[in-house]
Amino acid sequence: MAIKSNLKNMVIVLTAVCLICSSVLAGVYAMTKEPIDAAAREKTDKAIALVLPAFDKTEAATVETDGKEYRYYSASKDGETVGYAVESSATGFGGTLSLMVGITVDGKVYNTSVLSHGETPGLGAKCTDDKAFTEQWKGFDPSVKTLAVKKDGGDVDAITASTITSRAYTLAVSNAVDAFKSITAQEDVNNE
Amino acid sequence: MSKLQLITKGFIKDNPTFVLLLGMCPTLATTTSAVNGLSMGLATMFVLVLSNIVISAIAPVVPDKVHIPVYIVVIATFVTVLQFFMQAYTPAMYETLGLFIPLIVVNCIVLGRAEAFANKNGVLDSALDGIGVGLGFTCSLTVLGIVREILGSGSVFGLKFISGDGILAFVMAPGAFLALGYLMVLFNKITKKNK
Repeated sequence: MAIKSNLKNMVIVLTAVCLICSSVLAGVYAMTKEPIDAAAREKTDKAIALVLPAFDKTEAATVETDGKEYRYYSASKDGETVGYAVESSATGFGGTLSLMVGITVDGKVYNTSVLSHGETPGLGAKCTDDKAFTEQWKGFDPSVKTLAVKKDGGDVDAITASTITSRAYTLAVSNAVDAFKSITAQEDVNNE
Repeated sequence: MSKLQLITKGFIKDNPTFVLLLGMCPTLATTTSAVNGLSMGLATMFVLVLSNIVISAIAPVVPDKVHIPVYIVVIATFVTVLQFFMQAYTPAMYETLGLFIPLIVVNCIVLGRAEAFANKNGVLDSALDGIGVGLGFTCSLTVLGIVREILGSGSVFGLKFISGDGILAFVMAPGAFLALGYLMVLFNKITKKNK
């Protein structure tokens, strides 16, 4: 029932199939590009809105600290900066744990939000919704408290049975605080 | 075989999960909750139906020696299309299933149905076969997801009925093997009785 497997037939069929498939893919890609970008943007916007007090304008930029580059969004209301949302990550139990950390101009953490993670469901994955853990970041002042889990002599309550995740989370927040310091140092230079 | 039988055989006689034991990788990995199992099943079914239709249509003009590469290209195309759509319209689900969507390309159920059924049968029969096997796979994954969610997190489809945690092992990898094993025993016991 299938046609003969000679070189000519095989080349023609494979070429035709690949051509048709790639044009279908190109079409679907063009069709979905906009919604995909919009979904990604919406996700970032939601995360920023969650981790900072009310604002009406955000501006994306990058800053370098300790050889690592951080993407951040400076949010302002009526022309006055209210805070910075820093994208930061650390290695957790199941891969990279990425956070959006909101820091207000006085240097306090306003709130944090998990962008993506690969932690174990039921254990480390609680870092996204365990109130006891997530609430402690609201208003966390790194100049008074130490950014380390209690087991390591710091002031962060770890999630039960998920110390590695809690450490990664804390490290990511601490990186964001460092990035914030570089941002403000940079802006001071610009203002002078 | 009647048209109805084509659909129902995917549930019992040729159930991909509990009888044929195909596609074990996504079965074990994505069924941490009922919703995840259901969506993985539906995603696989989408690819399965479309690839069955196209492969049964082009089978007569594909030379035997290159039929596997041609089928894989067709399947990979549909998987990538699915991936684009999920990324665009259900980003949250795309993130949960993540890696396992592209892996549908090498899911042995899809290539297995193409080889065993679609390239020998007509377009309509192949479509029905795809729907049947796809539904069978979806149901199996949903049942496995429900069992693991009840035992592991004490909820069904995200609705919690106990406070606190369940038996956490069931949400993790070992629980997948345990739950699948016992469900398989149960499935075979019930179907044997009916014979």
